[in-house]
Amino acid sequence: MSYHHTIGRKTYRFNDLKTLLAKASPHRSGDVLAGIAAESYEERVAAQIALSDVPLKAFLSEAIIPYEHDEITRLIIDNHDITAFNLINSLTVGELRDWLLRDETDTKTLQDLAPGITPEMAAAVSKLMRNQDLIAVAKKCEVVTRFRNTIGLKGHFSTRLQPNHPTDDPKGIAASMIDGLLYGSGDAVIGINPATDSPAEVNNLLLLMDTLRQQFDIPTQSCVLSHVTTTLELVRQGAPVDLCFQSIGGTEKSNSSFGISLALLDQAYEATLSLNRGTVGNNVMYFETGQGSELSANAHHGVDQQTCEARAYAVARKYNPLLVNTVVGFIGPEYLYDGKQIIRAALEDHFCGKLLGLPMGVDICYTNHAEADQDDMDNLLTLLGVAGCNFIMGVPGSDDIMLNYQSTSFHDALYIRNALGLRPAPEFEQWLIKQGILDSNGMLINHTNPRLWNEMKGIWTR
Amino acid sequence: MERNEGNMDEIKDREISHDELLHGLRQFTAARIGIGRTGASIPISQSLELKLAHAHARDAVYSELDIDKLSADLKQFELLVLVLHSKAAYREQYLQRPDLGRQLDEASVSTLRYYSHDKTDITIIIADGLSATAVNHNTIGLLKILIPQLQASGFKLAPLCLVKQGRVAIADHIGADLNSRLAIILIGERPGLSSADSMGVYLTYNPKVGLTDESRNCISNIRPHGLTFKMASKKIFYLIQEAFKRKLSGVVLKDNTGLLDS
Repeated sequence: MSYHHTIGRKTYRFNDLKTLLAKASPHRSGDVLAGIAAESYEERVAAQIALSDVPLKAFLSEAIIPYEHDEITRLIIDNHDITAFNLINSLTVGELRDWLLRDETDTKTLQDLAPGITPEMAAAVSKLMRNQDLIAVAKKCEVVTRFRNTIGLKGHFSTRLQPNHPTDDPKGIAASMIDGLLYGSGDAVIGINPATDSPAEVNNLLLLMDTLRQQFDIPTQSCVLSHVTTTLELVRQGAPVDLCFQSIGGTEKSNSSFGISLALLDQAYEATLSLNRGTVGNNVMYFETGQGSELSANAHHGVDQQTCEARAYAVARKYNPLLVNTVVGFIGPEYLYDGKQIIRAALEDHFCGKLLGLPMGVDICYTNHAEADQDDMDNLLTLLGVAGCNFIMGVPGSDDIMLNYQSTSFHDALYIRNALGLRPAPEFEQWLIKQGILDSNGMLINHTNPRLWNEMKGIWTR
Repeated sequence: MERNEGNMDEIKDREISHDELLHGLRQFTAARIGIGRTGASIPISQSLELKLAHAHARDAVYSELDIDKLSADLKQFELLVLVLHSKAAYREQYLQRPDLGRQLDEASVSTLRYYSHDKTDITIIIADGLSATAVNHNTIGLLKILIPQLQASGFKLAPLCLVKQGRVAIADHIGADLNSRLAIILIGERPGLSSADSMGVYLTYNPKVGLTDESRNCISNIRPHGLTFKMASKKIFYLIQEAFKRKLSGVVLKDNTGLLDS
């Protein structure tokens, strides 16, 4: 079906929904690179006005990537919850934006709606929303997940402790882990990006983290972010796998480029679930995404990068994940050029993920060839704190020496918790207080009791 | 850990600060651990240190090839030096359009046409990439070892090509236009916080437009404090010999070179 809008004497035509969505997307370098972006400011707004009038029902009849060609499209259509959709089935995209912002549309309503929203609907409405709208609606959503602690409760804010090391040196990793724990980081997960994907190396890292966790009885979970096939093999060998990690994309072809399929993820999910290692819940999956990955794999089918990203969330929600993390600024300036584009993309991803019912976190980050700096990251961190983001990364001094990019520091998490009165996951907070790391007001204590230090010393002699 | 054992005994019976505790761990990693805090924030000296490292990286991204100096220094090899330009007209465009950085502009294509009648073995290309600083600093040091070695082994070298606003794949275009059996590109890598002057070298056997990463071999982190010129040159020379012997490059070649780790 084609769409159009006339401004003055000029009529803008958009041949299909996919084109309309791309042209309505706020400007970003990746869509320009793909050759699908609006060619003028006017064309972009014309597309947004036309999109605003599209009934939501149209998204159920017009697939932007054909059903026959893509298993993600099939997943989206086959798992769509018509009963939940009935809440909004008479609305257009523009009316949905207004409906989401209404006072009556509260947390419970949004939770009920989630399975009725498709990724394309979420992407479409986000394109009509200002940053303020994305924050206001996301703030009303609440997505809570559990493994050894409870993540995503309103008023709480968690961090993934990311103690990476360029050669996976266990002492180097342990040193960063201890640093992070003493800053109160690590309630979402202690997660290492390994330098190698060899099962033996990954197993060593899992054992290191599991030993530390058990010795100090830390109510959190660990993860080595290896390929899902490596994790699956380790699960079968009986390694201490808490969470199963995988990077995912929004098209079947992009997932093939990652070496995965839904069938493989099904297997990995079932295997990890069967270990039954969670204590307060059994959300066992950890997914990472990021706008632009489909284009970079030449697997975008002419769909704009933000819509592709939202489609990746359909993959994520099939597996009841503990954590979904959009690694927003990692991909580079050919996809998100500057601080403005990175900030916008992060707010869109967080909003779309939350609307679809996912426990969204954001890796607030940039590379040295992007037009961005620490000030942009401070802005984004503050916006995401207000928006109720579930978690961010914790990297020593912001500088990830293995992945060579800048993310958020342990200090950044303290800043946002202090500024907005947010607290760690409740179980983890109790542990921090018990260990003398936090006081009962949630403030960091500057001195460590010698007992903790002496116990930690034991790690080095093993 | 021996160095710290004394410390640990000493502090066993009193409260210690986090800084004190973590200072001893800094020997195990280059990560910015144990940097202290003021309130919730990073103290000023550490904050400025990070800012300076980022400034170096940013300056490197916007640095330019020093064509005059490089041309003068390259004279010692007694090879023709060509100055070429990609289709990316300026840095901001280069950063957003990697496709343009992989193609030569029209003037460069005409220049190459003029020199394409002779068949050659190897074309050496020098491009700014994401850090011209890296290439300005490291090119001559590496080529001083590599070029005499290649010439002594009887390889016929094409003119040396300096490329502004170039990406890795532009080497395939140039190598093909100059009728070379192999193309090598020296290019500035994405600057990290700890090194803004890291140079990479990629080589392609039988270069042609449209090849992708799996057709190339890469040697990374070439700089005085990283992979030294001598070591880098040794690896490159080995790969070139193997590529000519087996008539291929890329993933297949890399997989069978146990020597690369030595």
